[in-house]
Amino acid sequence: MVEVLGVHKKYGKVRALEDLSFRVGRGEIFGIIGPDGAGKTTLFRILTTLLLADSGEARVDGFDVVTGYRDIRARVGYMPGRFSLYQDLTVQENLEFFATVFGTTITANYHLIRDIYDQLKAFNSRRAGKLSGGMKQKLALCCALIHKPEVLFLDEPTTGVDPVSRREFWEMLKRLKAQGITILVSTPYMDEAVLCDRIALIQHGRFLRIDTPRNLVVQYPVRLLSVKGPSMFTLLRELRALKGIRSCYAFGDSHHVAVEDELLTPESLREKLRAMGHEGVEAEYIQASVEDCFMELASTGAAS
Amino acid sequence: MSVITAENLTKRFGHFVAVDSVSFQVGPGEIFGFLGANGAGKTTAMRMLCGLSKPSGGKGTVAGFDIERKPEKVKASIGYMSQKFALYEDLTVRENIRLYAGIYGVPGKLIGPRTDALLRRLGFQKEKDTFVKALPLGWKQKLAFSVAIFHDPKVVFLDEPTGGVDPAARRQFWELIYEAAHGGITVFVTTHYMDEAEYCDRVSIMVDGKIEALDSPQNLKARFGSESMDQVFRQLARKAMREVD
Repeated sequence: MVEVLGVHKKYGKVRALEDLSFRVGRGEIFGIIGPDGAGKTTLFRILTTLLLADSGEARVDGFDVVTGYRDIRARVGYMPGRFSLYQDLTVQENLEFFATVFGTTITANYHLIRDIYDQLKAFNSRRAGKLSGGMKQKLALCCALIHKPEVLFLDEPTTGVDPVSRREFWEMLKRLKAQGITILVSTPYMDEAVLCDRIALIQHGRFLRIDTPRNLVVQYPVRLLSVKGPSMFTLLRELRALKGIRSCYAFGDSHHVAVEDELLTPESLREKLRAMGHEGVEAEYIQASVEDCFMELASTGAAS
Repeated sequence: MSVITAENLTKRFGHFVAVDSVSFQVGPGEIFGFLGANGAGKTTAMRMLCGLSKPSGGKGTVAGFDIERKPEKVKASIGYMSQKFALYEDLTVRENIRLYAGIYGVPGKLIGPRTDALLRRLGFQKEKDTFVKALPLGWKQKLAFSVAIFHDPKVVFLDEPTGGVDPAARRQFWELIYEAAHGGITVFVTTHYMDEAEYCDRVSIMVDGKIEALDSPQNLKARFGSESMDQVFRQLARKAMREVD
């Protein structure tokens, strides 16, 4: 459904995208995962024909983004990162407006938005600008779906949204996927990566890796330990100073320690730390998360 | 001696009770996570504690000052940083530090040496004359936090400080928070990253204007039989009835 080959984009001297290539199949949820400024929005704008790449090719649903832009625009739904509906129109007016622009009606594709729109109905006559963050997000998704697009581009739909609403949003995406819609979604939240079929990790305009979330985490190159103790702040500093430790980062209630030296086991690490005056330290092997992988790949500068 | 106290703190807008009689205390050097769904009342509560909005009921003190009667004293005793606004993009790193130091009343002769020390600690010496808009987001946020505690406040309020930052920068940011807390500054932080809630000594979870839970992450997980703060949060926040930001 989406094919990208060697796309480059510069803004002046800044290389926003460097040699990106990937394919997304029909009905796939493909996640573009990376921090602010990595190039996610630039990529989405190129694929939705709002911006021209400097070089490279891209096709959406078989149409070239340069020569077939009109066809693409009729076939994609785009939800930009910034709320872009008409603030002074009501919920219903916004929906009607987008339906009309695409030459359809709200009722024609109502089945696609029913689940989401049901939660908005009570606010039908409220102006879009007066909705809460979660409601704005739902309305924007309805407007992006109203013309029954083949491909949906969602640029950071869950940024700044609380965990409950984020979860609900992903449930909605799963239902849309089940109806055959292809979804490209970007997010800075690494924990959302596991909800995608495949993900591309992006940093500084380059893909670090494209894979399924499962493959990504099993290919983490070294053993990873989770370490907890009563004095987390000093523990962090002292762990970093130990030999055989590749990296050590605070991960919420524990530190994730990547060990290069196979001899460094949970037992031997506890022993070492005890000798340094850290009593009651817990250490165990853990499976890497997508976030661990991102940090590992970003630090080694791996290219896909 | 608590650095922040809230006693039945309430804020009404017309008939709408944004913050509904919340009570808690935060000690010196504590990292206190203030969580809640969008619209739960976090920002309103935080604005009252910063001396920016008068309570409709109840009382509160920050750094020993009454938030209703001495809001100016409160403002001078705290630091504040949010994701949305922190630094002036068209000023350089050094100019931003100078500006905030002046606003917070740091004595002139201390500003120079403290600025040097700060730049050294952050490894920003080369960037001191760089415009803030040219810095990567992760650097900006580290600088913003350092500027917010430049005047050595008793408390620093952080309103979703790490949105959109890459994972390594997010961790470096939390290490700065740890360090500040280690040095005795009380840290009051809101976040939507539930893994960040685990860095906090204690967290409160607000639902529809009320505090539904307040404890250490460990105790909350045990009480709700959850493996992560994300699960705890979802169990509580699902109860939310209201839909207003």
